[in-house]
Amino acid sequence: MTGLALQNVVVRLNGRDLLSLSENIAPGEILTVMGPSGSGKSSLLAYVGGFLDSNFQATGQILLNGEDLTNQPAHERHTGILFQDPLLFPHMSVGENLLFAIPASVKGPDRHQQAEQALGQAGLEEFFDRDPATLSGGQKARVALMRVLVSQPRALLLDEPFSKLDAGRRDQIRRFVFDEAKRQNLPILLVTHDEADAIAAGGKIIDLDQ
Amino acid sequence: MLRLAPALAIGVLLAPVVCGVLATLLPAFGYLPALGGDQFTIAHFAALIEYPGIGRSVLLSLATGLLTTAIALAIVVTFVSGWYGTRMFARVQHLISPLLSVPHAAAAFGLALLIAPTGYFFRLISPALTGSSRPLDLFILNDPLGITMMAGLVAKEIPFLLLVTLAALPQTSARRSGQIAQAAGYGRMSGFLFVTWPLVYRQIRLAVFAVIAYATSVVDVAVILGPLTPPPLSVRLTQWMSDPEIAMRFIASAGALLQLLVTVAAILIWAGFEKLAGWLVSRQRNAGHRYPKERWARTLGLAVILLVSAVIFLGLMLLGLWSFAGYWAFPDALPRTMTLTNWMRVLPSLSNPLATTLSTGVVATLIAIVLALGCLEREARTGRTGGSRALLFVYLPLIVPQVSFVFGLQLFFLGLGLDATWGALVLVHLVFVLPYVFLSLSDPWRAWDWRFASVAHGLGASPDRTFWKVRLPMLLKPALVASAVGFAVSVGQYLPTLLIGGGRWPTITTEAVALASGGNRRIIGVYAFVQMLLPFIGFAIATIVPAFLFRNRNDMKATS
Repeated sequence: MTGLALQNVVVRLNGRDLLSLSENIAPGEILTVMGPSGSGKSSLLAYVGGFLDSNFQATGQILLNGEDLTNQPAHERHTGILFQDPLLFPHMSVGENLLFAIPASVKGPDRHQQAEQALGQAGLEEFFDRDPATLSGGQKARVALMRVLVSQPRALLLDEPFSKLDAGRRDQIRRFVFDEAKRQNLPILLVTHDEADAIAAGGKIIDLDQ
Repeated sequence: MLRLAPALAIGVLLAPVVCGVLATLLPAFGYLPALGGDQFTIAHFAALIEYPGIGRSVLLSLATGLLTTAIALAIVVTFVSGWYGTRMFARVQHLISPLLSVPHAAAAFGLALLIAPTGYFFRLISPALTGSSRPLDLFILNDPLGITMMAGLVAKEIPFLLLVTLAALPQTSARRSGQIAQAAGYGRMSGFLFVTWPLVYRQIRLAVFAVIAYATSVVDVAVILGPLTPPPLSVRLTQWMSDPEIAMRFIASAGALLQLLVTVAAILIWAGFEKLAGWLVSRQRNAGHRYPKERWARTLGLAVILLVSAVIFLGLMLLGLWSFAGYWAFPDALPRTMTLTNWMRVLPSLSNPLATTLSTGVVATLIAIVLALGCLEREARTGRTGGSRALLFVYLPLIVPQVSFVFGLQLFFLGLGLDATWGALVLVHLVFVLPYVFLSLSDPWRAWDWRFASVAHGLGASPDRTFWKVRLPMLLKPALVASAVGFAVSVGQYLPTLLIGGGRWPTITTEAVALASGGNRRIIGVYAFVQMLLPFIGFAIATIVPAFLFRNRNDMKATS
């Protein structure tokens, strides 16, 4: 059983059910959950990622390639996440952000090489020593994605990652993210309120509004 | 380890206060077997109230606590309500923030050098305005009503009250409610007082109580500026506590209990006035009074706070000037000669107290920052904040008067055979350093964007790795600033150092205050200047280190 399975997942706030769903996301597939703010879609993502705020309650099982993640701590789940903001660590260089993410099992000069290679894939050669603060919004978004990918995640969680990009660049970044994630054959859970995201994702769409 | 941090911190805050108060209570009622007191009696209280002028000392302490707090708070409210959100406000804030770190004793000495009959102010106006080139015979320092002492305390409490107010403001929607009030025809000040201030005050109430407690029981400022015959209660207690006559220990304990009652009474009276003020404000508000004409009040608020800052800064400069002064006769505005002799003469005797000040301050601060970081990190991982109860623990050592529990603590250490050890000194400093470190660190720590931690965990970084590689470096500046605040608090400690150190661990502060009665301005200048310089160096390090480490990281400048 490969992919990300959500079994009878229910998210509650103050005893009120916000959402409930059971879905399987196959590797390389995107499940889009749409809904307005307050619909619990970000909490769903937090529950899968293992960082749900203690104000919320959630039940149900999360299986990743058959392994039960439900009670694992966030850092052992290897579910990479992208938020609205790129959240590059501001005290590290662009390259150091990638080195932070590369697993410790990769050793020696390979680490540096992997980081450089990832930057090259994102069209950001020569950016290794740059201060993240000096990058454009689109460049930051690409670094943030590469940072997730070099960490060798087993699934990808996207929390409206395109909503803060300007319209001209949004399509391009969206394409880049989806293509790279699919190339690595990752199951992807996307939450958004933007219909264009859902359409571009091209997978199953769950609309919490209906 | 992390699991233990909150319990350890509460232990550090609670145990010394509880043990200290208990160890004061027993001898106050005559029970201290080591000194031959083996039965309970109220005889020591009877002896205490027989002391001449004790009633006046009590009244002086009570009045000092209430008046200085009321005046300092009034100045802060007037200024904040009139200027919050303006560019002038930001400027004044930058001007005043460094004053918080100036030790009370140094500020008091500076004030003394400024306003004494032979001080700088009278040098400037003599003989032109006073008509005399000889010092006037005025009773300014140590005046019997304690006015100069109160002025010194007011000046020192303003920066503290201003900063706690500023920390509370973001939790109110001050700017928007101000706009709404002004749109309804209220003045800037009345709008602030009616709408925002009640919300702010609720948050800073414990800090205000701490100011009252401090001012009712202060020793160092009272020794330097306060009345002598009789001095405030706390000063008399300190004399009795250091008295070689053992019987005085019982009287001192009874007095420490009396001091606790005086402070509690001051806080209760204040709470009564809170009710009255709240009623008056709501009556004015409900009557719809707009008070749109406020220009004079705004100007006054700004003028007073600028005057206060100018007085402290001028005082501090005078400390420096006197430390280098050669011959400086009255009424010359400047010394005729400048010399290094004062420093050369003092340096040999300065090095030992300096080493104690540094070692005690650095170690107490290190322990405090580790405990504070541990508590905050534990809070972040479990999602449980201690809430208002935890805040009460943090404020406890600041609200129970030092003189009421540190003497008991000394007796307690004596019983354990730990009296006058360096470890005991560090421990007692820690009791006062930890609250300030925690208070100054908790806001920026909690304001940190938790999504950085989620991202790091998603990348496979454990909570420990996330702490060391992401959170702590990103919050390095607030952590260093909190440490600098803690170090400044340690440097400024007078009474705990005196009592727990038992005279064997003199610091810059105890030495400086001891010089007050001697009146050698050049020597005082050197000691008080060093006392002021130490916290300043701490803050300089807290600014320079992150600026250097992150010199190529633009977002680190914006966030810290």
